[in-house]
Amino acid sequence: MSPVLKLIAQRIALGILLLFAVSVLIFAGTQILPGDVAQAILGQSATPESLANLREELGLNDPAWLRYMHWLGGILQGDLGTAMSSGQDIATSIGSRLWNTLFLAFWAAIVSIPLAIILGLLAVRYRNGWVDKLISGLALASTSFPEFFIGYVLVYFFAVKWQIFPGISTVYDGMPFGERMMAIALPATALTLVVLAHMMRMTRAAILNVMQSAYVETAELKGLSAFNVIRRHAFPNAIAPIINVVMLNLAYLIVGVVVVEVIFVYPGMGQYLVDHVTKRDVPVVQAVGLIFAAVYISLNIVADIGAIVANPRLRHPK
Amino acid sequence: MAKAPSRRRSTGEGGTLLDIRNLKIEATVYPPGEAPRKVTIVDNVSLTLQRGKVLGLIGESGAGKSTIGLSSMGFGRGGVRITGGEVILNGRDIMKGSIADFRKLRGNEVCYVAQSAAAAFNPAQRLMDQVVEAALEHGNAKRADAEKRAVALFKKLGLPDPENIGKRFPHQVSGGQLQRVMTAMALCSEPDLIVFDEPTTALDVTTQIDVLAAIKDAIRDTGVAALYITHDLAVVAQVADEIMVLRHGKLVEWGDTRQIIQEPRQEYTNALVSVHHIAHQEKKPGKDPVLSVKNVTAAYGGGVIKVLKNVSVDIHAGQTLAVVGESGSGKSTLARAITGLLPPEQGTISFAGKPLPGRLADRNKDELRQLQMIYQMADVAMNPRQTVGTIIGRPLEFYFGLRGKQRDVRVAELLDKIEMGKGFIDRYPAELSGGQKQRVCIARALAAKPKLIICDEVTSALDPLVANGILKLLLELQAEESVAYLFITHDLATVKSIADSIAVMYRGEVVRYGPKSDVLKPPFDAYTELLLSSVPEMEIGWLEKAIKTRRMESAGN
Amino acid sequence: MLDIRRIPIPALIGLLLTVLFVLAAVFAPWIAPYGNGEIVGDVWAPMSAAHLLGTDNLGRDLLSRMIYGARITLFIAVLATALSFSLGSILGFSAAVFGGWFDTLLSRLVDLLMSIPTLIMALVVLSVLPTNLVTLILVMGILDSTRVYRLSRAVAVDINVMDYVEAAKLRGEGSAWIIFREILPNALSPLISELGLRFIYAVLFLSTLSFLGLGVQPPDADWGGMVKENKDGIVFGIPAALIPAAAIAALAISVNLVADWILNRTTDLKGGRGNG
Repeated sequence: MSPVLKLIAQRIALGILLLFAVSVLIFAGTQILPGDVAQAILGQSATPESLANLREELGLNDPAWLRYMHWLGGILQGDLGTAMSSGQDIATSIGSRLWNTLFLAFWAAIVSIPLAIILGLLAVRYRNGWVDKLISGLALASTSFPEFFIGYVLVYFFAVKWQIFPGISTVYDGMPFGERMMAIALPATALTLVVLAHMMRMTRAAILNVMQSAYVETAELKGLSAFNVIRRHAFPNAIAPIINVVMLNLAYLIVGVVVVEVIFVYPGMGQYLVDHVTKRDVPVVQAVGLIFAAVYISLNIVADIGAIVANPRLRHPK
Repeated sequence: MAKAPSRRRSTGEGGTLLDIRNLKIEATVYPPGEAPRKVTIVDNVSLTLQRGKVLGLIGESGAGKSTIGLSSMGFGRGGVRITGGEVILNGRDIMKGSIADFRKLRGNEVCYVAQSAAAAFNPAQRLMDQVVEAALEHGNAKRADAEKRAVALFKKLGLPDPENIGKRFPHQVSGGQLQRVMTAMALCSEPDLIVFDEPTTALDVTTQIDVLAAIKDAIRDTGVAALYITHDLAVVAQVADEIMVLRHGKLVEWGDTRQIIQEPRQEYTNALVSVHHIAHQEKKPGKDPVLSVKNVTAAYGGGVIKVLKNVSVDIHAGQTLAVVGESGSGKSTLARAITGLLPPEQGTISFAGKPLPGRLADRNKDELRQLQMIYQMADVAMNPRQTVGTIIGRPLEFYFGLRGKQRDVRVAELLDKIEMGKGFIDRYPAELSGGQKQRVCIARALAAKPKLIICDEVTSALDPLVANGILKLLLELQAEESVAYLFITHDLATVKSIADSIAVMYRGEVVRYGPKSDVLKPPFDAYTELLLSSVPEMEIGWLEKAIKTRRMESAGN
Repeated sequence: MLDIRRIPIPALIGLLLTVLFVLAAVFAPWIAPYGNGEIVGDVWAPMSAAHLLGTDNLGRDLLSRMIYGARITLFIAVLATALSFSLGSILGFSAAVFGGWFDTLLSRLVDLLMSIPTLIMALVVLSVLPTNLVTLILVMGILDSTRVYRLSRAVAVDINVMDYVEAAKLRGEGSAWIIFREILPNALSPLISELGLRFIYAVLFLSTLSFLGLGVQPPDADWGGMVKENKDGIVFGIPAALIPAAAIAALAISVNLVADWILNRTTDLKGGRGNG
């Protein structure tokens, strides 16, 4: 097997191992309650019978590791369990919500990734000039803004004052594409702004690093045009760091999406999670938490694989 | 700009190729926490270079030699600007041209060979693509012709497998070979001028000589002119027709090579020429060695990678043992084994007749005190957040319990010994020059009143004159304090100046060991012969002689 | 020693605003024109002389709520930062200096914790824990200490292999000298700037949790909670929710500016002497 394939296989295996460890952590995270889950759910006024019933229902009489095995076994077969608050099957409730969240995140990524790379390039091109300073200033500001500040400012102006886009993003099955895009215009913009600054700052640093390397100077001293210097020498070496930056920042999307969905009352995974944390609906929280973690870990694996594939030393060993 | 320059080189005939007049180069520096300020890097330097000739630019770091070399391509590195004077190449002042005009001449009329080829090649592209790139970009040749030319150049430069080496990636080729590939890359677009910027400095001495010879032959055979930049006068004397000595961005002396190295007119040039001449009388070994290393074997990675194999050496009180070898020879590992950082797997190390525990943690304070160390990079050998007073004072406190006034008096004494004076007592390392930093490190080692100091490449990061000062200081201190040195170096010239005995190391083994006069006396073993014959001497024609001897030997074998 | 004219303007602005916020937090009961929970007027009354920032969703004075909110926000953020910082840096330094199984165990655990986005992990844990200030500070502090751990370990590992640390070890110095005299002074400037970043992160994180209804519980409110209380007004064109949101942003930017400046000052290796 070629060393690259071997490394990739190792990375994926490590990711799967990590995912199992994370499932333990998430499960353990919901077991640290001082006292009794059933008591916490039903409150102080619960009768002993109802408490006993709920314990039985939740399987609380079993040891924790057995409950974990049950839970994990179910997940591996696609059974995420039942929500305590509504009694509905979690997998069914998640279906369309997961799709909604991915749809929103996808469009935010489609806009923010090229924009971040272009702005990062511009900042490098006009380094220490006013363009660079402006971009860095905006980046500083937007890393300091809470997501809901960006979100509500957008709502206040675009939905309330100027009434261009809806301030509440209602979507439903079978909604026409155009209407759906209108509905997610503001949340997608908010999400874009949330990740843009980080992504751009890091892209700038990555490109700058490559542009200051000796081989780019060599290329310039060959009299290549600026375009060829970038296309043949800077860009191929900047791919790996940029992939890394992009993937790292898509992780911000995951956190951002939770808040943005709440702001715009968008029926996605984030809102579903927050709702059920408030209701203390542990099975839902475990399932959704695990899905978010799985997405996050997968993004990291993709980033690492990108870096492995883009590394000439690994592709062409001695 | 005048009409596009003719791309045919006027072979053999003379005429001025490059004429730099009253060049002034400035840069803006941004010290942290301070206002940016302008510094002059090159001040009023003029030079002319005839077609097909080689001009050596020599000077210490900060002399502006690289900056001048790059100015012939209209290039300023990192914020450096050419602010005055003319650069006339092929009859036109290139400073009057536009960016597009610069691009036309870079990689076409003038090519560049960098110090570190390993960093200067794009890691993501095959060598051949990079070698022919400039020729294709400027339309000098079709791809097939350019590749044919590249292969011919690879052959001329003595690269192995010239037909196929171009298919490799930079990381698949050794440093010395990459440097030759880079020279081939510069020659491939048939320029009028090549700027060589310390092309052999990063190489091991035995590799340097081959690369140097290859470069010299290539220059001669192609008739290209060259600016050869280096800090090593002995190297440049082998390749240059004329030499220009620079210091602090100003011209010191300019003349033909013979005149510069045989009859230097300026004091500074004279100092550079005679840099390796330190009078030192070899001392005969005493009876009982202060440090005795017996059959030491050491390894990294739990015994997997053997880095020292059965090494035995003795060091006598007040004398210097020089350990020489190239990178990877295990000479620094020997120091780590002696200091206890890498406990030996087998063998013993005894100090003043008593065995020394292998592990650092098992040694007592007095054993630690007797054995001090000076590092190659004085920069990182001192805590940047401690003042000179603290750095030198700490061993006094730690080993002798000196405090307050007593300590300060002793620190001042030590500063005097290293010829710096007590004004430096509250300075931080960042406020010292390279030579001063190394002196402070010497004072720190002396403060412990050791019997032996391990000097690990202590002069190799310094400019020759500064290094010379440090060596002289070390010898004086040895006479005063009768301290012994274990002097680790790759530089044979240094060894010749200061050693009493020599150990030559190769791949973890001592291949030759004894008093200096014996070690440097023929007959030699093969490796020592190679090493000795590779050290450039300040003598015109040395390179040809050395290469010839080497060819005869390999033919004889 | 510290000349106010030598402080760059952005840092000065940041410093001024930060001090202002801190003063408001400390002297809240004396500065605030009205009580924290006092209903003094109509719901969402516009800005006026009596109510400089208007009133909130229940008719409480918004300015007074903001001042009291500063108190809660800063209190929790400072404690959470202190916890994350001391926990993270002590463990990080120890891991770097002692190495071995201690380092391996801690580092793997931190890797594991960091492989889940912080907010998600916090939500998971908060779904079962009682909602009170202690829980909030502990959860925020412990989850965030992973980042401090990584940074301080990395910094200490870098310094630990420097020749000057080796020189100290060869001299025979003990661990205390090596940690406190050789490593710490050189780790300080990256750590101080990290302290600023961690504080900003704590403020933003707390605000997010409160905004989601999982942080500070009514009737008390930090700034994030006030955004939640007043967010329904936005669709009617009432900007009350934007005011606490903007305050969070202003605090974060100010601290950022100050941290940048401190970082620049402390990286100077000449003991603050300007001349070369």
